[in-house]
Amino acid sequence: MTIRLPAAVREFGLPRILIAAFLVALFAVAIATHMSFAILLTDCIARVARNGILVLALLPAIQGGLGLNFGLPIGIICGLIGCVISLNFGVHGVAGVALAMGVGVALAVPVGAAYGWLLNRTRGQEMMVGTYLGFALVSGMSIFWLLAPFRNPTLVWAIGGKGLRTTLALTGIYDRVLDRWLQFDVAGVTIPTGALLAFLGLCFLVWLFFRTRMGITIAAARSNPRFALAAGISDERTRIQASVLTTVLGAVGIVVYSQSFGFVQLYTAPLLMAFPAIACILIGGATVTRATIAHVIIGTLLFQSILTTALPVTSQVIEGDISETARLIIQNGMILYALTRFGK
Amino acid sequence: MDPGGSGPGGGGAPVLELRDIGKEYEGVRVVKGVSLAIPAGEIHALLGENGAGKSTLMNILFGMPVIQETGGYTGEILLDGRPVRFRSPGEAIAAGIGMVHQEFMLLPGFRIAENIKLNREPSRRNLLSRVLGSGLERLDVRRMREDARRALDRVGLGIDEWLPVAGLPVGHMQFVEIAREVDKEQLRALIFDEPTAVLTETEAERLLETMRAFARSGVAVLFITHRLEEVRAIADRATVLRDGEVVGVVDPKTTSVVRIAEMMVGRPAGPTAGRRQLPAGGEAAMTIEHLRVDMPGEPVLDVSLVVRRGEILGIGGLAGQGKIGIANGVMGLYPASGRVALDGREFPLNRPREALERGLAFVSEDRRGVGLLGEESVELNIALSALEAQGRFLRPFPVPALRPLDPRALRAHADAMIRDLDIRTTGPAQQVRRLSGGNQQKVCLARAMTLRPKLLFVSEPTRGIDVGAKARVLEILTRLNREEGVTLVLTSSELAELRALCDRVAIIYRGRVETILPPDAPDAAFGLAMAGEEQAA
Amino acid sequence: MRARLGRWSVPILFAVLCLSGILVAKITPSFLLGEMMVRVGRNSVLVMALLIPILAGLGLNFGIVIGAMAGQAAAILIVHWKLAGIVGFGAAWLLATPIAILLGVATGILFNRAKGREMVTGLIAGFFANGLYQLVFLFALGSLIPFHDPDMLLPQGNGLRNTIDLTGIQYAIDDLVRVQIPVEGRMLRVPVVTYAVVAGFCVFTVLFLRTRLGQQLRAMGQDDHVAAIAGIPVERNRIIATVLSTVFASWGQLLFLQNIGTLNTYNSHEQVGMFAIAALLVSGATVSHATVAQALLGTVLFHTLFVVSPLAGKALAGDAQIGEYFRVFVAYAVITVALVLHAWQAKKGKRTA
Repeated sequence: MTIRLPAAVREFGLPRILIAAFLVALFAVAIATHMSFAILLTDCIARVARNGILVLALLPAIQGGLGLNFGLPIGIICGLIGCVISLNFGVHGVAGVALAMGVGVALAVPVGAAYGWLLNRTRGQEMMVGTYLGFALVSGMSIFWLLAPFRNPTLVWAIGGKGLRTTLALTGIYDRVLDRWLQFDVAGVTIPTGALLAFLGLCFLVWLFFRTRMGITIAAARSNPRFALAAGISDERTRIQASVLTTVLGAVGIVVYSQSFGFVQLYTAPLLMAFPAIACILIGGATVTRATIAHVIIGTLLFQSILTTALPVTSQVIEGDISETARLIIQNGMILYALTRFGK
Repeated sequence: MDPGGSGPGGGGAPVLELRDIGKEYEGVRVVKGVSLAIPAGEIHALLGENGAGKSTLMNILFGMPVIQETGGYTGEILLDGRPVRFRSPGEAIAAGIGMVHQEFMLLPGFRIAENIKLNREPSRRNLLSRVLGSGLERLDVRRMREDARRALDRVGLGIDEWLPVAGLPVGHMQFVEIAREVDKEQLRALIFDEPTAVLTETEAERLLETMRAFARSGVAVLFITHRLEEVRAIADRATVLRDGEVVGVVDPKTTSVVRIAEMMVGRPAGPTAGRRQLPAGGEAAMTIEHLRVDMPGEPVLDVSLVVRRGEILGIGGLAGQGKIGIANGVMGLYPASGRVALDGREFPLNRPREALERGLAFVSEDRRGVGLLGEESVELNIALSALEAQGRFLRPFPVPALRPLDPRALRAHADAMIRDLDIRTTGPAQQVRRLSGGNQQKVCLARAMTLRPKLLFVSEPTRGIDVGAKARVLEILTRLNREEGVTLVLTSSELAELRALCDRVAIIYRGRVETILPPDAPDAAFGLAMAGEEQAA
Repeated sequence: MRARLGRWSVPILFAVLCLSGILVAKITPSFLLGEMMVRVGRNSVLVMALLIPILAGLGLNFGIVIGAMAGQAAAILIVHWKLAGIVGFGAAWLLATPIAILLGVATGILFNRAKGREMVTGLIAGFFANGLYQLVFLFALGSLIPFHDPDMLLPQGNGLRNTIDLTGIQYAIDDLVRVQIPVEGRMLRVPVVTYAVVAGFCVFTVLFLRTRLGQQLRAMGQDDHVAAIAGIPVERNRIIATVLSTVFASWGQLLFLQNIGTLNTYNSHEQVGMFAIAALLVSGATVSHATVAQALLGTVLFHTLFVVSPLAGKALAGDAQIGEYFRVFVAYAVITVALVLHAWQAKKGKRTA
């Protein structure tokens, strides 16, 4: 290290400070230009509720020693299959969401176990294997969506009657049904109570899980595999448990995401979904080897706030949509930073 | 020569001289003020137990990056009278330091000649290399092979120099390493790091002959080994290290092996405390028959032992002889075979979980590696094994695996342990890695005690902890045995410790039990046993 | 024997796949030959850019995307300066090189700081660089960076258009020496100089292996600890290997663009890494071992599949879309399998050691 930064700064991490400063600057511009704070805040909260569980899904993988789960799309695919099946049966409302989650979770358990088994055999390359397994699965599923035997006319292409559409609108089925549950307004800010509760409730459950025997064992095996061996713990097993958990949460996460977004996105949509989620948890303060619920919540809040405010704020200053570019830089810069610090 | 002298330099000016070398790792001083001098043509042996500081010294001498990364070293190294300070192995090699490594530093996919000439390849200049530097010079394969051939012939290895290294017998690999050093024309000092460990007897003989040839050509040879008989056969002088310090410099030809062994493990410290008479042939708590353990560096070949109920059995011996492997094998941490019975019933090997469930516990010699979860709290570290193996400190829940932690029970137990064992900590929630070595060791003991074991294996309980904590740890062990009736198997490199605490001491030599001695046996008996000369005596 | 069969199983499987595709879609040899002539010529250098890092133990360099961006930056500048033909191409080549060296050094330093995770770091570094690339060419150009060229800029006056016309340098290398061979009544254009360049790269790579530096890199590839102990400056050499790869990728991308003739400003580079890596792996190359011959064989096989699969998909299911998904799937699947095998074997090796 060439420049000695104050200890507090180093502990928190320079990138995190830059990101927080960027967010503050965005809000400053928003105030200066008299933008509606209520609308900004409503958007922020909605996006936190929408994306939170996908971020939370990464936590068991990190705590279980699998690193950043770039294979999140594997769980997402399970959830999407659940959505499509529930839509195909035409189940509306909360029941539809529940059915989608149920099917998604039922799929995610064996799939997650298989994923964990593979990661055990490819130790040291989990992140790379996860990335490309996710990519391969998403592109393989694209073929499946095209050939799948779904006949419900609201799902398949109007012409030819074969192959699922790329986006399935949920309007009138279970569009925002969780968000709207007990939804209320405070000072013009809309609170999507149901979705927010789902996120925070799952956060609590995961926190609780890591204080049970199984959760403690998973974290201990990650923290020191040789210690675990001496304590009679097989870290191959705990890693599979972590993998199942991350995949299951990924499946649940995409169902909540889809109902909040109002569309189920198929084909290549899940391809890059792991990356922003990973950026969230890292921005929150997690490392490749350690993460907490606080990291999940803070990170999601910070990163999603930037994404929401960047577009309306910067469009007042700069011609064109810079938010996507900013997202690329922040998201991947954060991941790069974490990768170069891991193991130090 | 200056037989038995401790002054620097036997004959003539030293080629290689270390002056007051010191090194700290994370606040622990592993090398303290080591000085030694080797004149041209001398074979100088460096002796010491594991953790005595030999490998750190070698890393310093060879400019290994790990030294720089952990804050460098203090003191001075002189080569031919000139001070040197190597920041990379490349610099050390260029200055004329060679090293035959314990783990082969050979590339299996490269041919023998390529390995011998690695990074010293003869090459021809060409158009590109003139513009872009010598890196693009073309290799001169013919000269590489010629040089390699010559070097191989000099060490007496007749095999084809163009064979790949992968698949060679280990003995040949060792000689390829040596041939690489032979080929270095600028060689001034050559370090052998336990070179005979893998060799057959005839190969070892040839190796010693090669070392003499190096010495005759005026190279200073530094020879690190555990085999005392080899030291006697070949070394002109020997420096003995213990706990990072020079204990003495001796002439191995005139000093007895027993004396050297004693220097390595330390002298007995006064009369043994609290010794008592156990009924001879008491009931067996555990019988071990023909135990074999594949633990790298500490292989156990064929150990048979009976642990009597209620006793403290000591296991001693020099580093590398296998004493450490016994506990690790029984506890299932390294692949083991043989027959073990606990309380007269068959006990399965290679099943760590089973070992805990049958009432065994283990405090590992590798405190940071195996013993602790550094990032976790003191209380969790204390409770974890019991929580995992016995399901304690949990609240009820229908699904056993999902039973939540009982923080109050955890805290109460940790508080009691902290009080009992006098663990110096800011509180049960403190991270274990922030504790001092001695207090970390107490946490390890607390965890083992929490399991309420019938039989406890404790390995190197006092390594790397300060004097006050040492006494405290030994006191805890004694109390555990006397008051709680726990049978103890204590493995230690410190003979004094074994003799102070144990009812019987088994000495391990070359993976077998050499002999079992009472703690008050004469010093010479221990010395002979550790040097493997029990039968000869 | 089994090992040998194992090594060839991947390319054989691919050849069978390609062949059945050809039969299903009834593709004529002349069509295929024409397609391959073009595609192999423009893609091989990008694939060969991967060889040196593999050799040096860095694994698959997913960061060659960054080199491709350097090539594109150079191409954008020469269009702005209205340089065309072989002069324009030469200027782009000269311009791309220092940019690629700089970016290569940066990537190399990054790889040194993320030892053991070079591949995932390279992948993310590519995404990150893509963000910076957008920042420069979509926003800064014309606003922060003075640049006035209405033909190239978006109507608002800053940011490049989505496509840049490269007709000025199109076929600058391909047609430097014009050779046309009649095949089945069609004229087959042979880009002689392009293939000479490819051959030059092959020869360079092979000769490079026999230099002192090449030997050092090979040693590092086997065991960088042993290499370091032999006095080889491992960290510096890893940067050199990354720079070479990045520079070759920038040249490879220029060669690719001069054949295509248009630049998709914000997309052309995105999938360069993935396709080059998949092509290399199809030949049976692995994360730790690859040769020049494998690079060429892989390029041929992969691009055959690339041409064949949409046609076969159309013939089979009446839908070209399936074929397109299929070839993307194959690219990802090939990379996944190679990564899994690599990690699997690395783990096994550790166990037996």
